[in-house]
Amino acid sequence: MSIILNNVSYTYGEGTAYEMQALKNVTLKIDDGEFIGIIGHTGSGKSTLIQHLNGLMKAVSGEIYFNGRDISEEDFDRKELRTRVGLVFQYPEHQLFETTIFNDVCFGPINQGFDKNEAGLRAFEALRMAGVPEKLYYQPPFDLSGGQKRRVAIAGVLAMKPEVLILDEPTAGLDPKGRDEILDLIAGMHRAKGMTIILVSHSMEDVAKYVQRIIVMDDGQVFLDGAPREVFKYYEQLEKIGLKAPEVTYLMHDLKNRGMAVDWDATTVEEAKQSILKLFQ
Amino acid sequence: MGIIKASKLVFEYIRRDEEGNVDSIQTAVDHVDLDVNEGDFIVILGHNGSGKSTLAKQLNALLIPSEGTLWVEGKDTKERENVRDVRRTAGMVFQNPDNQIIASVVEEDVGFGPENLGVPTEEIWKRVEESLTSVGMLKFRRHSPNKLSGGQKQRVAIAGVMAMEPKCIVLDEPTAMLDPNGRREVLSAVHELNRKKGITVILITHYMEEAVDADYIYVMDEGKVVMEGLPKEIFSQVEELKRHRLDVPQATLLAYELKKAGLPLPDGILTRQELAEELERCYVNYTK
Repeated sequence: MSIILNNVSYTYGEGTAYEMQALKNVTLKIDDGEFIGIIGHTGSGKSTLIQHLNGLMKAVSGEIYFNGRDISEEDFDRKELRTRVGLVFQYPEHQLFETTIFNDVCFGPINQGFDKNEAGLRAFEALRMAGVPEKLYYQPPFDLSGGQKRRVAIAGVLAMKPEVLILDEPTAGLDPKGRDEILDLIAGMHRAKGMTIILVSHSMEDVAKYVQRIIVMDDGQVFLDGAPREVFKYYEQLEKIGLKAPEVTYLMHDLKNRGMAVDWDATTVEEAKQSILKLFQ
Repeated sequence: MGIIKASKLVFEYIRRDEEGNVDSIQTAVDHVDLDVNEGDFIVILGHNGSGKSTLAKQLNALLIPSEGTLWVEGKDTKERENVRDVRRTAGMVFQNPDNQIIASVVEEDVGFGPENLGVPTEEIWKRVEESLTSVGMLKFRRHSPNKLSGGQKQRVAIAGVMAMEPKCIVLDEPTAMLDPNGRREVLSAVHELNRKKGITVILITHYMEEAVDADYIYVMDEGKVVMEGLPKEIFSQVEELKRHRLDVPQATLLAYELKKAGLPLPDGILTRQELAEELERCYVNYTK
């Protein structure tokens, strides 16, 4: 299973005074089971990009292939595509609407055409995966804390059993513990189910810690694409486009400049710790 | 007495059923004492639902305490006739910039506040210019706010509050919806106001890095102040912060981990520069 983007471009308000090219000839290959982070400042094209991956937006030019089939073909089932590539929007809890948490999570599978029993089973499984405590299942979703609501919203997408899960800033507005809990949940799904995960994030520290591959967007183009260590080597270029490396990477550069032989492209606290301790052995 | 003083402050959200009987009471702020001096930069930390925002809304009388007393510049916020003065002293900036901007041109948005206070037109324009300058947004004065980035919008919102010339501004998670660049812009604008104009700042945030330069930190949990002190004192208690669902800056966490592994590092390292210096010292001693 893979998603391939070939020379994809998208323009908002084409032919109007507000015309704005949001994607410029983007070419990417996303393989089965990858854990990818997408970073870029506001307006760099991240959100436009992810909405192309499940066919919510239609490329102005270029092709997108899902499992080898062009998704713009007449007979391609785009509704099914949207269940196989699940998209969790920013602040997804704003979209909760049902009277109980359980009914809310059932909404997706029922829309997919499953009967009540099957939808219910899927909802149970999704809620368990998302770590929502069982005693809350029949409560209204509106009384929950921010972190809990977000879990319910993620469960709503998981209930459709997507093969690819895309999350647009899933930790925005959460406290540090809530951030860690949601990211651990996502990493767990990647590990246990081999789900392909695409995470849009503003936190360099989070992507460095969790993902295997980072795609850096700038001005509608792919600016860098590689493993965190590779990408954050270019911290000076990243700063020019409004991003930066994790704090520890700067620290390691500083230590190296002070004549200490540390692993200067470490990107996480754990890597930095191991490398510094080695000096003192 | 400082510019803001709270004594045994309590706020309860009371939910009533259809007949008006009390259904449930939730204590969001529970016997909080605060004392903020004029010109201070104060940070309030706490997880989602810890009572930070409820506390903030009382600082400019959007909410009135259920028990206890809050004085803003010596004025009790419970007295109706003080509300106007309290709001002039303490201006408020919220999380979502899109909910705070009302005009279609930046300078008109900033002028809305002083106009409401009955400031003469000439004076309004002077203030608009000054406050837009102070947040670095003067060159956008004739722009439409909806074409600005999040960080720029938030700075316009801050300018709007500044134009009312408050002595104190309260910011409730002003950077939560911004990207790293926007966060940096807003933070440096707020620090600038504090340093250059002596504005008292009360910043509520989830980002530990934003608390490093504070004069004083309060940590809230379950409506209570559970920790307070200088940044160094607060961030040297890593485990305690984690118990309250919080975190420490990355440099502090690394220092803490290294210390646990046996390196002789001091407590309360806040920045990567400090850590680099301390590590260099350790290394020189070690290789001697």
